[in-house]
Amino acid sequence: MEFVTTPPPPIRRLELEDTPAATQVAPPAAGADGNGAAASGGFTGARRSIGAPQFSIRRMEIDDVSISYADRDAVKGVSLPVRQGEVLSLIGPSGCGKTTLLRSLNRLTELTRTAKLTGRILLDDVDIRQIEPTLLRRRVTMVFQQPNPFPMSVFDNIAYVLREQGSRRQRKKALEPKVYSALERAGLFEEVKDNLDHPALKLSGGQQQRLCIARGLAAEPEVLLLDEPCSALDPQSTQVIEDLIVKLRDDVAVVIVTHNLQQAYRIADHVAFMYLGDLVEYSSATSLFGSPREKRTQDYVSGAFG
Amino acid sequence: MESSVATPPAGPPPRMGPPKSSNDAVEASAAWRLSDRIGLAICWALGLLFCAIAVAIVLYLMVKGLAYLKPSMLVTPATAGFSQSQSGGFSDALIGTLIVAVMGISIALPIGIGVAVWLVEYGRPVALARIAESTIEAIAGIPSIVLALFGTVIFSSTALGFLSRTSEGVVFGRSFFAASAMLSLVALPLIVASTREGLNAIPHHVREASYAIGKTKIATTRRILLPAARPQVATGAMLGLGRIIGDTAIIVVLLGATQNFAPVGGAFPINYLRGAGTTLTNFVYEASPTGNLNQPEKAYAAAFVLLLMVLALNAAVDVIHRRARKVGTWSS
Repeated sequence: MEFVTTPPPPIRRLELEDTPAATQVAPPAAGADGNGAAASGGFTGARRSIGAPQFSIRRMEIDDVSISYADRDAVKGVSLPVRQGEVLSLIGPSGCGKTTLLRSLNRLTELTRTAKLTGRILLDDVDIRQIEPTLLRRRVTMVFQQPNPFPMSVFDNIAYVLREQGSRRQRKKALEPKVYSALERAGLFEEVKDNLDHPALKLSGGQQQRLCIARGLAAEPEVLLLDEPCSALDPQSTQVIEDLIVKLRDDVAVVIVTHNLQQAYRIADHVAFMYLGDLVEYSSATSLFGSPREKRTQDYVSGAFG
Repeated sequence: MESSVATPPAGPPPRMGPPKSSNDAVEASAAWRLSDRIGLAICWALGLLFCAIAVAIVLYLMVKGLAYLKPSMLVTPATAGFSQSQSGGFSDALIGTLIVAVMGISIALPIGIGVAVWLVEYGRPVALARIAESTIEAIAGIPSIVLALFGTVIFSSTALGFLSRTSEGVVFGRSFFAASAMLSLVALPLIVASTREGLNAIPHHVREASYAIGKTKIATTRRILLPAARPQVATGAMLGLGRIIGDTAIIVVLLGATQNFAPVGGAFPINYLRGAGTTLTNFVYEASPTGNLNQPEKAYAAAFVLLLMVLALNAAVDVIHRRARKVGTWSS
């Protein structure tokens, strides 16, 4: 009995920047039945092209970071660059430490009492431990797996970010331009401009998640962290958000944790594969999926485990 | 009645596909075992019995109350008189209930919310949190007459003499201040429990979303968590209010056995609050056939007013929850 070990080819590819993104069914991989394609995990079938980054500026530097909880090591000596102009995707099986690593980038791990971090994380060459946490978290914002707008109006969700801590200062009028631009950057403004005072929790799941992205962008961060932002969404909303993420990479450094290999292949410029806390392989998306150097990577991307 | 449509003669036809609608539970229960059906019948009977008791109380008090209640009773204070028609109304008691309710809840609400926020959002050191939890449960379990007795000890002390009537160094320890303070303890556990429930229902990632855009814990609590828990906080406050206006023991012991305000020295509102007084529960107690006043008709009238207040509180809880549903909640 023979098992199919190759995942289906990507169903979609993004065109180069000057041509609009289009949904296409990828042609079947040329050598799908040959040995070469099986070895490379089938990702070579459709040439992925979200376009090479126009530029890349190093924003964050993860330098030999290890994170341990009371009873186990979650991340072991990982070093990675995070660049603006690129999408960095962290992939790996559940419990491999990718979410922990992501959360450590804006010191959210510190909310877990038992978490301990060694190594350095630099934001624009400054150790993030020297940055006051609330300031850091405005420069490195995060979007979560579950859409979690605050129980207030769409407008207030963004205004809350812009206002000083818990204050209600700065009237609506004064905040309008910034709120509108955040919603526009998240591609939500057209859909909600007439109902800005509606409760945000009544939006659809995809809209809620884009509102959360808008919330993250409203703080005008340097880095945007996304923790499986599409895992609770339907395919259509996922596509809208993927397009959005690719569009955002020029303005902010984007780090996305995803379980979805196809998604990582579609939108990431660089991919880091983690396994049991180790960084196994870090390279460009095409080479990691096309010709993985490590056996474990190859097994994972070809669906042998995970 | 048999329909003319031909049906298989022996037994019902096997059911094909899903049931037509989800509310044909009665039809489904026909297929249950006998013991299950008896259980269901008992549940139904008990439910109906409970409704019947509640309806009976409300209807009885409504009939009696409407028969005896005169609007003038609400605005005339009680006076000494030989017959029920000469002894005035219970305006002092009505106002007393309102005073006690406002004062009691304004002490209990901030403290209760504070304790609940600390327990849920901080709760460190753990040992102290456990102690605080047990303390609140203990307070919830203490009979209010015991709280009242304890109150007399506290409020009769010389240090707290400024809160009640003092004469020649003797502190009476009976005042609206004393009664409200102890009554707030009756409401406190309800507010704490309800607020905790509300805060615990907020998913963890919602807090983190607020921290992740650079908000402090205090800002998050004020702007996100407490507003999200508002319906539960309000429910706790309403239940607490119900307990405060319904309590009799603390009123009798700590507010006084009078049926009128007994202001003592001081500026206007303070002189009344430092003095003894009465509430509707106290009035009902005294006016009931076993009480000193023995004016059963007025007892019914006052009890009816009390009942209306409690029903209004229940309605308010309903409105708050319905409004909260409009805002929506997170999918889990």
